[in-house]
Amino acid sequence: MSSGSHSVTLTTEEQAMLDGADGPAIAMCMRIIVGVARANGAEKLIEIESAHADGTLYHGEAGLDFTEKLVALGGKVKVKTTTNVGSLDLLHPDLVHGDETLMSHGRRLMDAHIALGCEPTWSCAPYQAGHRPAFGSHVAWAESNAIAFVNSVLGARSDRYGDFLDLSAAVTGRVPFGGLHHDEARKAVLVLDFSEIDSKVFSEDAAWAALGVLLGNRAGTRVAAMVGLPGDLSDGGVTEDRLKGMGATSASAGGVGLFHVVGVTPEAPTLEVIVAPNAEYLKMTATDVREARDSLSTTSSDKLDAVSLGTPHFSVDEFRALSEVIGDGPKFADQIDFYISTSRDVMARSKELGYLDVFLNNGGRVVTDTCTYVTPVLNRNVRNVMTNSGKWAWYAPGNLGIDTVLGSLSECVASARAGKVVRDESLWA
Amino acid sequence: MGIKMATVLSGKVSHPGTADGEVLLLTEPVSFWGGVDHHGEIIDVHHAQHKAKMTNKVLVMPSGRGSSSATAVLAELIRTGDGPLAIVMLQCDTILVIGALVSAEIYGISLPIVELEQAEYDQLSDGMHVTVDAISDHDIATITI
Repeated sequence: MSSGSHSVTLTTEEQAMLDGADGPAIAMCMRIIVGVARANGAEKLIEIESAHADGTLYHGEAGLDFTEKLVALGGKVKVKTTTNVGSLDLLHPDLVHGDETLMSHGRRLMDAHIALGCEPTWSCAPYQAGHRPAFGSHVAWAESNAIAFVNSVLGARSDRYGDFLDLSAAVTGRVPFGGLHHDEARKAVLVLDFSEIDSKVFSEDAAWAALGVLLGNRAGTRVAAMVGLPGDLSDGGVTEDRLKGMGATSASAGGVGLFHVVGVTPEAPTLEVIVAPNAEYLKMTATDVREARDSLSTTSSDKLDAVSLGTPHFSVDEFRALSEVIGDGPKFADQIDFYISTSRDVMARSKELGYLDVFLNNGGRVVTDTCTYVTPVLNRNVRNVMTNSGKWAWYAPGNLGIDTVLGSLSECVASARAGKVVRDESLWA
Repeated sequence: MGIKMATVLSGKVSHPGTADGEVLLLTEPVSFWGGVDHHGEIIDVHHAQHKAKMTNKVLVMPSGRGSSSATAVLAELIRTGDGPLAIVMLQCDTILVIGALVSAEIYGISLPIVELEQAEYDQLSDGMHVTVDAISDHDIATITI
């Protein structure tokens, strides 16, 4: 049976894979890759250097059936493949209180990925847990924030892939040559100009969450170039973590797979080299940023039950910054649950460096392998939660039925100590 | 009472299959992850067709939207029978095609996905009965209204 209105040119090796020469798992994955290539108009396939698999979070039996079928057919990943968050915290099993199906099927889904040869990274920020593809290399990454980061901050090339295609790419080592793998598709068709805004506004992490909302709303799935923003990717992680937060929020509020920050990200040393002809130009104001910030808070109450950081997963640099903000100050208030989601890799390194214990000794709790907005971690009585993460603030009200307050890292710590929301409006003037 | 003449619209096969049913026309795209529940109901409160049910309908919408996990949610809806009978779009969404490809592989259920040009798309209306034939030697899908 044929599908699509054009044919995809395969190499002799790829045709053999499709015909079953390398076994039924590779043949099935090849049918999926070729099916997508036909539907989206790709003329050929290209080889990839790595993959990041997003199908680790349990959404129902279909995902489990597919992954276990690949295992049963003898499937193995051909390239380095890291895993996204799962539905369980395997290191702290008591933290997640899901129902029996979620716990048992969630575990089987994670086990099936390991059986396929994936690495047990269990992180939505694999790029800060030892998986950093080289500039210009082709990869197949799923998980929207990781796609935005690998394209924008590292300059590697991935189209916006979803569950199933990520594993199919990992097993075949191929993706359709389409979308963001092409030079032309990486040019900015939209320019967002922030140069008239006082740069003081951008000195707080929460401002970058607000920038993510603006970027997502204005760009949708288009590639945008942002001018007039500060940053230096060799500043010890500050800029990298800001772009991580902004990209994650933009991929939630819109469908951003690639953005450029002129003078900061690797493909945009100047606007001229990255802008497409006839790009749309928008001048942004401080009011735009403030309104975007406000859209990430669903309550103006100062009541607070919990604080959640680490969406995407906290980095070692963020643990260091947090330990500096905490310093020798008072412990978190007893009634506040303070969670940080991170990878097991970052947790181990932060412990070694002494940053982790500063947080734990003040009454904080660390969640690994999963995240507080995708699986039941928060206490059932929790209503109001503060976060510095735009992505968490975007999804948690719908997923968890709670109210959110967006704040900076220092505001989150001050609020956790006070037992109520403490904000410093002068940061946003 | 005159005789109603059938009109045949032609489009592109994004995923093969056949279907026969009533159109659910969405005026904006919906994200399957976070926007549609496990019973096929639209739960995105911001959506113009909030609470509409796509089960056993020919889902017509301009394009796809949102999370990459929509693949898994669509595949699950197809598996349980709570999903649409076919999807018709102006702009083909790769994410949804992946969900259909995987459902065909593991459950042998082939959900047709068809891409139409604007002029053909505009002839579809909510509640209309249509027959979708996306199995063809010429890669042309037909929708009979």
